Amino acid sequence: MDLSLQIGSLRLANPLIAASGCFGYGVEYADVVDLSMLGGVAVKGLFLAEREGHPPPRIVETPSGMLNAIGLQGIGVHRFIRERLPELRDRRAVVIVNICGTTLDEYVEIARILSDAEGVHAIELNISCPNIKEGGITFGCSLPGTHGVVSAVRKVTRLPIIPKLTPNVTDVSSFAKAAEDSGADAISLVNTFLAMAIDVHTRRPRLSNIVGGLSGPAIRPIAVRMVYECRRVVKIPIIGMGGIATSDDVLEFMIAGANAVQVGTMNFVDPFIWKKLMEGLWSYMAQHKITRLQEIVGSVDTTKRETAWISS
Amino acid sequence: MPVDIDAAVIANRRLSADYNVLAFDAPEIAATARPGQFVMIKTSGGLESTAPLLRRPFSIFEILRDAGGRPTGVSIFNKRIGAGTSLLSRIEPGTHLPVLGPLGRPFEPIDPPAEAWMVAGGVGLAPFVTLASALMARGTPATLFYGARRADDLHCVELFEALGVKMVLVTEDGSRGIHGRVTVPLASALAARPLGSPVKLFVCGPTPMMRACARLAAEHGRACDVSLEQVMGCGLGGCYSCVVLARGPAGGTPHHTRTCIDGPVFDATRIVWEAMSGH
Repeated sequence: MDLSLQIGSLRLANPLIAASGCFGYGVEYADVVDLSMLGGVAVKGLFLAEREGHPPPRIVETPSGMLNAIGLQGIGVHRFIRERLPELRDRRAVVIVNICGTTLDEYVEIARILSDAEGVHAIELNISCPNIKEGGITFGCSLPGTHGVVSAVRKVTRLPIIPKLTPNVTDVSSFAKAAEDSGADAISLVNTFLAMAIDVHTRRPRLSNIVGGLSGPAIRPIAVRMVYECRRVVKIPIIGMGGIATSDDVLEFMIAGANAVQVGTMNFVDPFIWKKLMEGLWSYMAQHKITRLQEIVGSVDTTKRETAWISS
Repeated sequence: MPVDIDAAVIANRRLSADYNVLAFDAPEIAATARPGQFVMIKTSGGLESTAPLLRRPFSIFEILRDAGGRPTGVSIFNKRIGAGTSLLSRIEPGTHLPVLGPLGRPFEPIDPPAEAWMVAGGVGLAPFVTLASALMARGTPATLFYGARRADDLHCVELFEALGVKMVLVTEDGSRGIHGRVTVPLASALAARPLGSPVKLFVCGPTPMMRACARLAAEHGRACDVSLEQVMGCGLGGCYSCVVLARGPAGGTPHHTRTCIDGPVFDATRIVWEAMSGH
């Protein structure tokens, strides 16, 4: 059975990727997960410099999900290369480095630095974090901004580039198209939904940052719809995510149009989730006599549904 | 190395309307657990259940053993506060829950002739049975200063007495033991202790109490470890939710530091107490 897929020049052995921000730098999980068994590891978002992030409270649980406003605490790209990348390399992880910038130049500079680092397999452009004021999402919420950052990074690296899109726009598929037209090798979606929770007794926001990003099973159907919409306008691979908890959820995203998926929030609940997801995919492929899992990508059959809806 | 066990609840011992002790059949966790470590429990049962979605962290209260001394499981000291702890409050023996552990940096027990003074406030009693057992095994004299709102909230005193721990009980309403805050007898004991007699403090409780104990320890030149509790997403260092502002082990500039893997036990002098919210 073949679960592999291609993103630009990069071959992933399977479609299961640990989502950025939900898996530390990967090394935190090396004791519980064989990192080489994952399709890839998207490490926590990195700026050039170290960042402290927001003060606690940084997360709050909400129905079937959670809000977070970590604020991209991170060790910066240089310390990452020195202190974390060697272990990831030793453990034969496929490393996707999520990068953030407050300016276009910062994205370009980080991409340049990573291109020379041994053991980096792809760059995920974080243009979608809802929790920081400066940079990031300002690129992801404007079509010229998305075009600008993707094409600028394209000029300085041969690594596959994967812009991570925000759902906090009117039409995410137009951003998918802008990314593809600017030279992206794939897109990943969705980042979290900007959201808020308030303690009614104290009347204070439950997060120190006041607002945060909603993730988890609560957002899954919206994310599936957005992947479906993007699949209709781009040809490049899509990495889908949003509350994936089971292998059926993985398959749902793939049938909607994703070539691969990322698992984030549910990895917190079950750090051993990967083996279960993999076994579920194998069993589905056996049951449906599928030899290449990529065959199901975008295979959702909407014809009769659309007809029924239009004629009613 | 932590393991995730679909652990059967073997007993739910109710202590009061708010407190209960839950025992889990979890020999693999018990076998490697050290004092002050914690487990992450999926309070809603199956891993796919969503209410609550995230696991909750609990100090390992007791390491359970069979008659031959072999580790068989762990218990937790649960206080009903939110949705997860309410589920654990009324859970039936025989129910299975995912229990992930052991996790976190443990207490380092000390050796005689030094004395260990444990200071617990309310549900902060949780990590001290395991520490007391380790201290007693080394022959280290141990005292527990244990404070609560009222007599009905003081629990499991007999567990510590059976271990040979000297008890100093304190209630805010004076209904049992010393009247006031736990820091009252602690301050007196620190003042009375000759400088040449080493003593180390181990503290767990509400933030204002830990802050006060840390200050007392510093004033009297005594080492002090605190066990911190923060809202946690994963327990493994992946989510960066549970940070506190703390200096490194060798000092320096404070950084947001993960309670789950760099703690929950910290040298109190590392913590920037002004930055801790007072819950």
